Amino acid sequence: MSNYIKLIALGLVALFAAIGTNYARDLAYQVHAILVMLIAGGLFIWTLRNTDEPDILVDRSAEYMDDVIRYGVIATAFWGVVGFLAGTFIAFQLAFPELNFEWAQGYLNFGRLRPLHTSAVIFAFGGNALIATSFYVVQRTSAARLWGGNLAWFVFWGYQLFIVLAATGYVLGGTQSKEYAEPEWYVDLWLTVVWVAYLAVYLGTIIKRKEPHIYVANWFYLAFIVTVAMLHLINNMTIPVSIWGSKSVIVWSGVQDAMIQWWYGHNAVGFFLTAGFLGMMYYFIPKQAERPVFSYKLSIIHFWALIFLYIWAGPHHLHYTALPDWASTLGMVFSIVLWMPSWGGMINGLMTLSGAWDKLRTDPVIRMMVISVGFYGMSTFEGPMMSIRAVNSLSHYTDWTIGHVHSGALGWNGMITFGALYYLVPVLWKRDRLYSLQMVSWHFWLATIGIVLYAASMWVTGIMEGLMWREVDANGFLVNSFADTVAAKFPMYVVRALGGVMFLAGAVVMCYNLWMTVRKAPAKEASLTVAVPAE
Amino acid sequence: MEFYTILRQFADSWMLLLLFGFFVGIVIWVFRPGASKEYKDTANIPFRHPDKPAAVKEARK
Repeated sequence: MSNYIKLIALGLVALFAAIGTNYARDLAYQVHAILVMLIAGGLFIWTLRNTDEPDILVDRSAEYMDDVIRYGVIATAFWGVVGFLAGTFIAFQLAFPELNFEWAQGYLNFGRLRPLHTSAVIFAFGGNALIATSFYVVQRTSAARLWGGNLAWFVFWGYQLFIVLAATGYVLGGTQSKEYAEPEWYVDLWLTVVWVAYLAVYLGTIIKRKEPHIYVANWFYLAFIVTVAMLHLINNMTIPVSIWGSKSVIVWSGVQDAMIQWWYGHNAVGFFLTAGFLGMMYYFIPKQAERPVFSYKLSIIHFWALIFLYIWAGPHHLHYTALPDWASTLGMVFSIVLWMPSWGGMINGLMTLSGAWDKLRTDPVIRMMVISVGFYGMSTFEGPMMSIRAVNSLSHYTDWTIGHVHSGALGWNGMITFGALYYLVPVLWKRDRLYSLQMVSWHFWLATIGIVLYAASMWVTGIMEGLMWREVDANGFLVNSFADTVAAKFPMYVVRALGGVMFLAGAVVMCYNLWMTVRKAPAKEASLTVAVPAE
Repeated sequence: MEFYTILRQFADSWMLLLLFGFFVGIVIWVFRPGASKEYKDTANIPFRHPDKPAAVKEARK
């Protein structure tokens, strides 16, 4: 019966998309309509062929739902490489503008590829990592199978469709120009549907849990899911110009729009890239270190302090703008206070290793997790400092900001995700161990040196740029033109791009290692007990 | 009074007090007597069911 309803719905969607293809007002919308038409049509045929077949009901309540997580792990690794590749390419585009090819103007120039890179790494790589690990963690810590049956599959594939729609939209010009919220109205609506399903699966599993307590990692994941839903809805309140076109108009105006955008933008950092990944930290570091978290009390205080403070920090993106002074001061103060819970969490993660520090010498996976927490501490110190108005007057609009974001994103989010992937693949594919620990060491050093090159070159170029912009001569005239700063930045841009190449190379090594783990794992190679030199 | 001013006054007084009190309450609650023993058990949740869900019998103690 449910198949008939599905068939009707899929048929209507395919029909609507076909009409949309015909009436489309812009290229992005037309391509998306074709895409949706093909997917809905394909699903229609697939559902039709499976309708009225005898149902084979297998009771799987005695095992965890891991197949969707395996897909999530593959998607995370895949989108990671795609996102890092896009980032490395646009880094070279900045250093060598000839790479903005004439024949690809309007499609593959820096302005079009930059949101593709940010969304690919944050939402495709990070988002898939969060969905996969949250499904893994919530089952293990609730001692219950995922709630909702195939709804988890809908979340996974629906999220991939969102990524594809967003990415193709950027290249073809379908963007609402809000940073980290670029997708247009119909893509936003689709993400809302997927996200509600995600919340339902997650909450449903927690409700039917067999453990009396909700482990702290789930609190962080849940805060991430709920807050991102709220941010997404409020920042994307737009009215489409036409149902047959991608252009829409935001209901907020002027400084209110700017404030809501950065309330969204900073909490995307705070809840997507911090709370969600802290959930990962609170599960995978104890598991890899084989000892419980350092202080459970601290983790509870960490949680509440973090979510109470982060939500107010957004205005520090709008110093010296039309935003009222009180609001920007409020944002600054909360950003500085935020330093405390951030470092509380960092200490909690690092001290989990107390009594097991020797593992740092033997286990490159835990080394990866520890350096990620180290980068978390570093960027959560740098961030509050940059939010101070006086510092911000130098750092804002310069490459320092980009360096800060990348030490957090590559160092913290990237490394903890790599650590989680190295933990998950042998467990999910039932392998004895990883294919090669030496390759993990290679990945570790490639990524770490890559990040150091990236962050250091951006510090130099950012501060230089800020100083050049404010330099005035004796008569009060500006000394440097904008093009002077661009020319002066060239060597640092090359170093940054090389850092990106190293980080990307590390990720490729990881993919090969994970692939071989699945194919060849219980094979030869030294086992975990054999020490790998810590260099 | 206009709607914005009402909301603003409420936010600056009672809501602020409520949120602050909630936070302080949590910190005190975390350090309640007997908490350490309970949290020791809670912190070990990740090590209990790595391979398959808990059977119905051993559900919530």
